[in-house]
Amino acid sequence: MADDIRALSAQLAQDPQSLVFLRLGEALRRKGQLDAALRVAMNGLERHPHLADAHDLYARILTDKRDYERAFDEWDMAVRIAPNHTGALKGLAFLYFKVGDLAQAESHLEAARQVEPDDPSIDQAIAMMRGGVSPPAPEPSVDSPTVASPTVGALDEARVFAGLEGANEGLLLIDGAGRVLGGALRDRAGADVTDAVAAYLAGVSQEAARTAKLLGLGAWNGLSAEGQQGNVHLGHPTPEALLLVVRERGMPLGRLAILAHRATAMARRWLERGT
Amino acid sequence: MSAALDLITRVRGVRGAMLVSADDGIVVAEQLMEGIKGGAVAALAASLAGRLRRAMEAAGTGTSVFWHLQAEQGALLVVPDGNSSVAGGGGILVVAVAEPDVNIGLVRLELLRVAETVV
Repeated sequence: MADDIRALSAQLAQDPQSLVFLRLGEALRRKGQLDAALRVAMNGLERHPHLADAHDLYARILTDKRDYERAFDEWDMAVRIAPNHTGALKGLAFLYFKVGDLAQAESHLEAARQVEPDDPSIDQAIAMMRGGVSPPAPEPSVDSPTVASPTVGALDEARVFAGLEGANEGLLLIDGAGRVLGGALRDRAGADVTDAVAAYLAGVSQEAARTAKLLGLGAWNGLSAEGQQGNVHLGHPTPEALLLVVRERGMPLGRLAILAHRATAMARRWLERGT
Repeated sequence: MSAALDLITRVRGVRGAMLVSADDGIVVAEQLMEGIKGGAVAALAASLAGRLRRAMEAAGTGTSVFWHLQAEQGALLVVPDGNSSVAGGGGILVVAVAEPDVNIGLVRLELLRVAETVV
């Protein structure tokens, strides 16, 4: 743990703009070094004020310090930035339970369960709360790259689209060779189809560019497609990279294009930070 | 087939329309303004359509019923007919090349109408 903290501190010193502060702050919090964790979280928030995960980290540290009022504000902010942020939803549920508002607590846990129906900790928290026992203070998921990935640095793939509407689903960023840079895709049955879709899309960016050039249309800006069960939009944050946004058929192509435009800009910034 | 393509090219801002074999990218029929290289565009459109079909099937969105490549100075709009949803199905792509300010919704409707008639 101490080695981890040293390594993470060194990484952060080398690249103060990176998101490694999330892992460092969490590591310090888990070690009980709350004041140090708080400083790391606050510095991170100053650099990334619109990052829901930063507010979530800050709220967890404040909760450990029993500063529930400010923790509530931070989780509330996280949910405003990213309405499906389960960590923040669970955190708010925990705080609502603390003040005896069981209806709100359950409502927030239910909202979290809708986002992550397979997360057993949410069911456990609901069961505990119904039994009159306080649900545990929220912890980041063990699968979260924020705490689990040993290689997460400036290019923290789970954070590419943080704060974007539907950031947890239907977004895939690949390079020109079809290698996944960020995001993930699941089909309607819930199977992970990330690698298959990435492989099929390899080279599309160059092909679209060639087609547009041949037609004398200048540079291509995007490709929208209407499917039988869903709509997709392809953008290119850089000449080589490709961003795929997949949404239900109910989302009109025009609205999808706006969302994709935002996601493309975020991906571009993220890629530029990593180079 | 020429009459079918008329439905598309009469829309203001459309520079040309084509029917393209989805399997091999060969032009079946075309009405293009001068300067548009129909054969090359057909080949690339068919290749793009194939990649897109496979990617969309894998992503669980079903096959595409309409797609639209947006560029700085215009757009390429494509409607695959029903047979194009199967690799080697001998399907036809209905393709339009348009100016940037074209009414995309109107062109889409005409492309879909033509796709129905050529099946």
